[in-house]
Amino acid sequence: MSFEASIWYLVALLTLGTGAYVVFTRNIVRAAFALVFTFLGVAAMYVFLRADFLAAAQLLIYGGGITVLLLFGVMLTHRHEGMELKLDPLKALPAVAIAGGFFVAIWSAARRADWDLVAPVEPVGTSEAIGSAIMTTHLLPFEEISVLLLVVLIGALFVARRSGEEEGS
Amino acid sequence: MIGLVHYLVFAGILFCLGLFAVLTRRNAVTVLMGIELMLNAGNVNLVAFNRFVGSGVNGQIFALFIIVLAAAEAAVALAILLNIYRTYKHITVDEIHLLRG
Repeated sequence: MSFEASIWYLVALLTLGTGAYVVFTRNIVRAAFALVFTFLGVAAMYVFLRADFLAAAQLLIYGGGITVLLLFGVMLTHRHEGMELKLDPLKALPAVAIAGGFFVAIWSAARRADWDLVAPVEPVGTSEAIGSAIMTTHLLPFEEISVLLLVVLIGALFVARRSGEEEGS
Repeated sequence: MIGLVHYLVFAGILFCLGLFAVLTRRNAVTVLMGIELMLNAGNVNLVAFNRFVGSGVNGQIFALFIIVLAAAEAAVALAILLNIYRTYKHITVDEIHLLRG
């Protein structure tokens, strides 16, 4: 096994381990912190896939933004008796069946499919290609997503405001 | 050598962990965490296909847009959760039935 492959397996194991911790732990604050390491592991996966710009975006948006947002959500909806997450084994059984069956379906499809593989090229940084593609081929979705972000910003503020706090009055 | 199937299996496990969290967790914030895990798994798939099957950076741009959409979704969902918490004093998803007819 090559050096890169062994590092890959280590990172995959850490990512899936922390992901499993997020899913199975009973403490919601610990789940939120374990999620940070899952996101970092996925960013490392992007590095293995030679997607350096995406890895940076993943670190900034997931590792920074969404984690803080989720922690705020945990803290603001926090009650001590509600912090322990119960997992009813009887109710978990159908979920295990669904998730396990779905994984078996994905796994067998991924193994059996006749992928039309191309030899991976080694790109020298993807930032330039992504930047020019966003500004030419994908200009319309780029503009749409900027409008969407503005709408989300205003909408989230509007929804999260306390009722009775009417502006201007 | 790490190939496409490695990434697909990795993303499949991550997706199923997220799916399991969404199906079993009763706290709405942890359901949201499960959704984030599933979105991340989908992104890994897109980038892996971009490297091993396609060419150019189209798959990475898809993944970039999905990251932005996930951030927007998390912001709106947490705003809604805050409002639900003010109404119910809890965010247990199977006890929220204000809109039930």
